[in-house]
This record gives sequence, C-alpha cells and structure tokens, in this order.
Amino acid sequence: MPRHWAWPGVLVCCVAVVWVLDWRLALMAAVWLVAWGINAILAKGVEGARVLVPVIFGLTLLALWEMAVALYAISPVILPAPTAIAAAFAANIPTLWADFVQTILKGALVGYVIGCGAAFGAALAIDRSAFLQRGLLPVGNFLAALPIVGTAPILVLWFGFGPQSKAAVVVAMVFFPMLVNAVAGLKASEAMQRDLMHTYAATYWQSLLKLRLPTALPFLFNGLKICTTLALIGAIVAEFFGSPTVGMGFRIKIEVGRLAMDMVWAEITVAAIAGSGFYGLMALAERYLTFWHPSQRR
Amino acid sequence: MLSEAGVASHPPCAFCMAMRRITGAVLPVLVVVGVIVAIWYLGAIQMNRAWTLDTAQRQGVELTAAEIRADAMAQERPVLPAPHQVVREIWATTVGEPLLIERRNALSPNPRNLLFHAYQTLAPTLLGFVIGTLAGMALAIAIIHNRAMDMSVMPWAIASQTIPILAIAPIVIVVLNAMGLTGLVPKSLISAYLSFFPVVVGMVKGLRSPRDMDMDLLRTYSASRPQVLWKLRLPASVPFLFTSLKVAVAAALVGTIVAELPTGARFGLGARLLSGSYYGQTIQIWSALFMAAICAGLLVGLLGLIERITLRRMGLAA
Repeated sequence: MPRHWAWPGVLVCCVAVVWVLDWRLALMAAVWLVAWGINAILAKGVEGARVLVPVIFGLTLLALWEMAVALYAISPVILPAPTAIAAAFAANIPTLWADFVQTILKGALVGYVIGCGAAFGAALAIDRSAFLQRGLLPVGNFLAALPIVGTAPILVLWFGFGPQSKAAVVVAMVFFPMLVNAVAGLKASEAMQRDLMHTYAATYWQSLLKLRLPTALPFLFNGLKICTTLALIGAIVAEFFGSPTVGMGFRIKIEVGRLAMDMVWAEITVAAIAGSGFYGLMALAERYLTFWHPSQRR
Repeated sequence: MLSEAGVASHPPCAFCMAMRRITGAVLPVLVVVGVIVAIWYLGAIQMNRAWTLDTAQRQGVELTAAEIRADAMAQERPVLPAPHQVVREIWATTVGEPLLIERRNALSPNPRNLLFHAYQTLAPTLLGFVIGTLAGMALAIAIIHNRAMDMSVMPWAIASQTIPILAIAPIVIVVLNAMGLTGLVPKSLISAYLSFFPVVVGMVKGLRSPRDMDMDLLRTYSASRPQVLWKLRLPASVPFLFTSLKVAVAAALVGTIVAELPTGARFGLGARLLSGSYYGQTIQIWSALFMAAICAGLLVGLLGLIERITLRRMGLAA
C-alpha cells in the first residue's frame, strides 16, 4: 500500500471498530473524516481554497451539531439544533430587530462613539504634557485590564434602566483601551518627520492634521476594533442588571428563565452577526484609510 | 529637589538612581491617582448631598455646609460612596471577619468574608486559565504543522474574537447546570474558553516568528520537526505567549465574574455585585469591584513578573 494511503486506512478501520460499539458516534466520525479529507486535499493548493476550506469546516461543525442533537435525542432545553435556532430566528425577526435597535444602536453604538471620542480628545490633551503621559499611561493600562464591566450595576443605579445606562457602561469600557492606543498612535511619527514639519514652520494643528493623525491611524483603528467587541459585551451585560422589557440582554435573561433555548441562541446569533459586522466595518474603514500601511499591502 | 542637587555634585550612586526613578516614574502616577481620588471625593459630596438635604428638610433641621459635607460622606447607602467608606468596608469584610466560622459543629468558610468570595471567583478563573492556555498552545502547534488545520480553524479563531462571547457566559452555566455539572467546572469552562483564543492567536504568531535564516540553519543540521519545535519555535514564541497570557488572564477573570451574574450564584465576586445591586448596597458593590480590580492587578502583575524573569534568563529582555 502506498505510504499516503496508510493514515486514511487506519482511520477507516478505527471508524469500523467504533461502529460496533456505538454506530451514532461512528456516523459522526465518518462525516468528520470525509469533510476533513476534502479540506486536506483542498488545502494542498486548489484555487479559492482560502474561502472554501473555512466554509466547509464551519458547515461540518453545524452538521455534526445537528446530527448529535438528532441522533442522541438531546433535549432542546439543553442544546437546540441549528435548524431549530434558524426557525426561531425566522419566526421572531420583529422581536430580534427591536432588541437589536435597543441594545446595539441605542446602547452600544452611542456609548462607543462617546467613549472613543472622549478617549481621543483626552489623548490629544495628554499628548501635549510629558508629565501627564508618564502619570496617566500606567494608570490607563492598569484600568484597561480591570473588569470594568463590574461597574454595570452602579451605572444602572445612576442612569436608570433605559439605554442611557447601557451607553454609560460602554463608555467606561471602551475609554481606557482607546486612550492607550490613541496615545501610542500620536507618538508614532518619527523625530525626523516631525523635524521636517518644524522646518516648514508648521503650526501644532497643521503638523497634527498632516503628519501625526495619519501616522496614528493604524493605532487608532486597532483601538477602535478592540472596542467594537467591548461595546457589545458592555451593552448586553448591563441589561442583566436591569432594563426595559426590550433588549438583547433582557431577552437572553428572560428566555433562559423560560428554558426557550432556541430563542436564546437566535439572540446569540444576532449578537455574533452584529459583532462581526461592526468589526468588519471598522476593518473596511481601516483598509480604505490606511492603504499605505505595510499591514494592508497585498 | 534635593535628590537632583545630589546627582549633580557626585557620580550617580544607587540611592540617587533610585530617587531619580521615583521622581521620574512614580511621582506622575501618584499625582494622577491623587487627582482621581480628589475628583471622586468631590463627586461623592455632589451626588450624595441631595439625599442629605432632603432628609434635613423633612426633619426641619438647618445644616451648615460642613455638616452637609460630613453627612454626604457617611451615608449608609450613598449614590457614590466616598473612597474611605469603600476602603473601610473592604477592611471590615476581609480582616474584620473570621475566615472560617463554626456552623453545625463544623468549621465552614465564612460567606461574609470578601476573601472567601474572591477565592470562589479566583479558583475557577485559574483552573480555566490553565486549561485554556494548554489547549490553546496545543491547537497552535497543530495549526503551524498542518495546512488544512490552519486554513480551516484560523479564520474562525480570529472571527470568534469579534463576537461578544462573554455576554453568553451565563447561558453556558445554565446549560451545564441542567446537565448536572455544578460548582467549579462550569465557571472554569467559561474562563478556559475566553483565554483559549488569545493564546491560540498569539502562539501561532509566536511559533511562526523565527526568521527564514534560523529555520534554514536548523534544516542544515537536518533537525526533525519536533526538534525544530523544541529548540527554535517554542523558545521564539515565549514573548508572544506572555503578551497573550496577560490578555487571557484578564479575560478569564471577567468571564468568571460575568458567569456568576444572572444564574443566582451565591458565592463569588459577581454574586456580591448582583446582590449589592438588588438591595441597593452601593458600598458592597464598590468593595466587590475593588476586590475584582485587586485580583486582576495581582494576576496580571504576577504574569508580568514571571515574564520579566523568564525573558531575562532567556536573554530576550529588552
């Protein structure tokens, strides 16, 4: 037998042995092996494999999930099947949309804009003072690593159950990561470049706009991208502490209590789509604005 | 300043170097922290005085400005507790309470002690962190050795970081409870999951960081793949590993705290936050928050220390 057939041969034998013990497990293993074999062949250098391979991998995981739920008769209270989640998603689109508007647009997005804007303004102010930089940066780095999400109950007490308190939590969460990145970005221009601006007799604002902001953009986008996820987490978690009867965190909490797991997973799907969409938007803007940076070259 | 005059007059001694480092690095931090505390006190007085004035008016008492200030910093359920109230609460619930109390003729942990709650949160955090880190390193090693693995798993690993996974932590706990898993394991699974992906992404970057020149050198030695891994790739990945470990441990701690929130957990810092918010015990919320901050600072600081010692011994320290 040629050498490259040895491994598949061994694996097929394994599946056969497992079949005797538990045919359901063997069936799932077989599906997995077939998909993996296709991926292994595609990965050897087929055109378009870079998109195809991860898609096949994801679909395989979904198929295995569906099979596991069906074959082992897992209770929908514990783990609903992907098809059941899709059905719940399709049936509840108005509710999901209302939750999305409440949590993402009114809470996360507002807080994100205020928090990142304030952090950028603070970075501009800090940037002019070496003393403040030495003092605020260690403090900011420390605060960025803290479980800021824990301020959610306090901010809900202060700002009420509405979207304002969610926005406040998001502001608290995104401020320090954004601040640290913005300060690092404003220092990114080289001394030689700043000297050149100086020889042109450029004012502070001119050199800021024409040199230091463009060189800071990769750092700013790094901060903006990190903060997209933080903003969503903050807005959803804050709703666990109190919210009006609409919102993603509220819905998750209520549906968990009613054991309607398919609806919970539908809400999670919305969060996943919103999260990757938000992140993708920032990544697109980055590609458009920092096309000159080495990390963006293709 | 005295120390700077001293520096000028004689060659730098260890003491003067230390003093200069203090004035250069510690002083600005102290000033900033001082300003934050001052703002906090002002905020506490501003936010709490409404309640003080309201009570005084109802009792028909006239208060002087000093009395209002004193009362605003000594309320039982203030809108914003003054820093010293929080510090006193932390002191009273850590040192002031016995760690163990006798209940039904047996010594059991005292649920009124904040250290007990911190332990309840830290234990699953650390267990999950270790599991997640080991699994992440294993997956990273598999990814760099197998092209199919790399192409199928990496896009999902990166995409999963853009999804607010943390927000679904409570559901995982509920599901695992329904399956009969309780106690340490569900919470540590959350923190394992949260520390897993930063480690995968960082380790893949680190394991790929050796330059072509170094790889070629090992090829001329006809080194096998495990040898390349042990002698070149793993040592080269250490700085990347520590960077992602610090991110991972912070994420793991936040994950455990959030996991304790809506599941009715009775012990742990998250449970303290939630019960504080139910009963309006703001001082309790703040003290739990500070305890969480202290834990996070200790974990990240400890990792930073290990990082510095390791990198210095490896000769990689900057």
